[in-house]
Amino acid sequence: MNIHEYQAKRLFGRFGIPVPAGEVATTPAEARAVAERIGGRVVVKAQVLTGGRGKAGGVKLADGPEAVEARAREILGMDIKGHTVHQVLVDPAVAIASEIYLAAVLDRGQRRTTIMTSRQGGVDIEEVAATDPSAIKRVTIDPLVGLQPFHGRRLAYGIGLGGAQAGQFGRIVAQLYQAYQSLDATLAEINPLVVLADGTLMALDGKVNLDDSALFRQPELEALRDPGEETEAERMAREAGLNYVDLDGSIGCLVNGAGLAMATMDVTQLCGGSPANFLDIGGGAQADKVETAMRIILRDPRVKSVLVNIFGGITRGDEVARGILAALGNIDTDVPFVVRIVGTNAAEARAILAGADMRTAPTLYEAAQMAVAAAAGR
Amino acid sequence: MSILVDKHTRLLVQGITGREGAFHTGHMVDYGTQVVAGVTPGKAGEAVHGVPVFNTVADAVEATGANASVIYVPARFTADAILEAADAGLPLIVTITEGVPVHDMLVVTNSLVQRGITLVGPNCPGLITPGEAKVGIIPGNIVRPGPVGVVSRSGTLTYEVLYALTERGIGQTTAVGIGGDPVQGTKFVDVLARFQADPATESIVIIGEIGGTDEEVAADYIAQHVTKPVVGFIAGRTAPPGKRMGHAGAIISGGTGTAAEKTAAFERAGIHVARHPDEIAAIVARLIGA
Repeated sequence: MNIHEYQAKRLFGRFGIPVPAGEVATTPAEARAVAERIGGRVVVKAQVLTGGRGKAGGVKLADGPEAVEARAREILGMDIKGHTVHQVLVDPAVAIASEIYLAAVLDRGQRRTTIMTSRQGGVDIEEVAATDPSAIKRVTIDPLVGLQPFHGRRLAYGIGLGGAQAGQFGRIVAQLYQAYQSLDATLAEINPLVVLADGTLMALDGKVNLDDSALFRQPELEALRDPGEETEAERMAREAGLNYVDLDGSIGCLVNGAGLAMATMDVTQLCGGSPANFLDIGGGAQADKVETAMRIILRDPRVKSVLVNIFGGITRGDEVARGILAALGNIDTDVPFVVRIVGTNAAEARAILAGADMRTAPTLYEAAQMAVAAAAGR
Repeated sequence: MSILVDKHTRLLVQGITGREGAFHTGHMVDYGTQVVAGVTPGKAGEAVHGVPVFNTVADAVEATGANASVIYVPARFTADAILEAADAGLPLIVTITEGVPVHDMLVVTNSLVQRGITLVGPNCPGLITPGEAKVGIIPGNIVRPGPVGVVSRSGTLTYEVLYALTERGIGQTTAVGIGGDPVQGTKFVDVLARFQADPATESIVIIGEIGGTDEEVAADYIAQHVTKPVVGFIAGRTAPPGKRMGHAGAIISGGTGTAAEKTAAFERAGIHVARHPDEIAAIVARLIGA
């Protein structure tokens, strides 16, 4: 789960990291009121869960309440890479001497946490990694030992900080790592961490990715989920315990298992079609779950055919076939279905579906070809 | 021959009285696996499918001589269960549970690696040595003994491949599901090393997916150390960046972890790459002349 910049900075502030004293607003009038409280020049920032807000015109400086209200009016409702802006953050503007990048990130391959920093703040770290990799300094943290003060010193001196500034940087590294651990984050990023005119450091932007598997012990963070960032279909799927991702093709896919679901999408494309979604109904799904999955797929008007691909292992093929028929009995649709069920009780499943005049195929490749052909004819 | 588990494996089931634990214990016992003990705190003295239940792993190991554990406990108790099994001296721990917090797994995997303990999973289907032992949830009726080693990050996609191989009369030494989480106890290279060293394994199937760089690391390892023919497949060519595709670890982030990169790495390493799952068994058949 990802959270907004203003939420990330609030959390960082709780761990002692210096952040601007801004507030979030959902209307131009609210933005104006925040600016009046803060006083002076402010920056109005779109709060959407995507990068490139600045380039899209979603971050603007404003002087005085009138200007703030006008800028907020421009930004609210704006579309940035498919995300509608519902909130803006109004932060006091600060004089920036230079910008630093700092992040704690999960290193899956090493099974460690990497803390990395660079003097080239304010740009994507991937860009720095590609153009000037030596500018990035890293330390790797052994989770059994934890972060030590020397890690902070190595990073601070590594990017050329010294004196009191190096000391403050080391403290921020420790606070960021503590936030990363305490919040069950897989990424905690400050970009930029700015050097102010007086030489002190402040986190001007923040990004946090949270581990979905840990939300059960982070109820406060679960409450930060932005319902506006989820499609209706994605919400329905999450509540039903289905793994679902919206795509923009025309072949609906209903599969058991994540790897098989991805492979099913891939084969659809290989056969000249394009998948409308990723959908994994999980193991041992009952008829009601199958029905919810079908409703989610069929509510998408772009879906021209549906490919059902089930591997019966512990799950019995005939049970899934009965589930599909029961679901279709309750849903009014003329979208053609192609069903492929193999594994345990597959023959019984085929017999059940043949009685219902449903297209079946023995292999995934053939099923995908049939689904693509059925979609093309509509 | 086989890797990791065989007919001598004396298996202990943690979470044996739970719904999943009890159900799969039945299947493992029916398959002929030596399931010698179960553990559920507070349920000592009970039995599940004839398997005696103990309060602690230490008690179970002392009473039965168990030498491997399979874990079905809920995610919030999984790190504790793995560490309990490690503390009791078990050299092989297989964790089926999905949804274990990443920070728990960082601590657990680093601790187990230091102690030389093999952890498979979490969020995996386990492993099966056809005709000898089934540890986890891979269906026993889709495998048969034979010369192919299978390693995969997936569950049902692996079953597909096992089923297709078996249908063609091609059996397997051992099939290992290493799981779909970002932080895993066993990586591709750990299993590849074992298959390379196993005289009964004549060829290897590796099934990867988007996210992380373990497939690239595996490709390098294969190029340098594996002399047996390898057939590979990567799922997720059509997955969009930044979206988690079911598995916690199946996500393209920061432009890395794409199927295209992984497929290219496989090809550079001389791995026979299948374009779709149906092709995998066909390529294996061609390679081994079956």
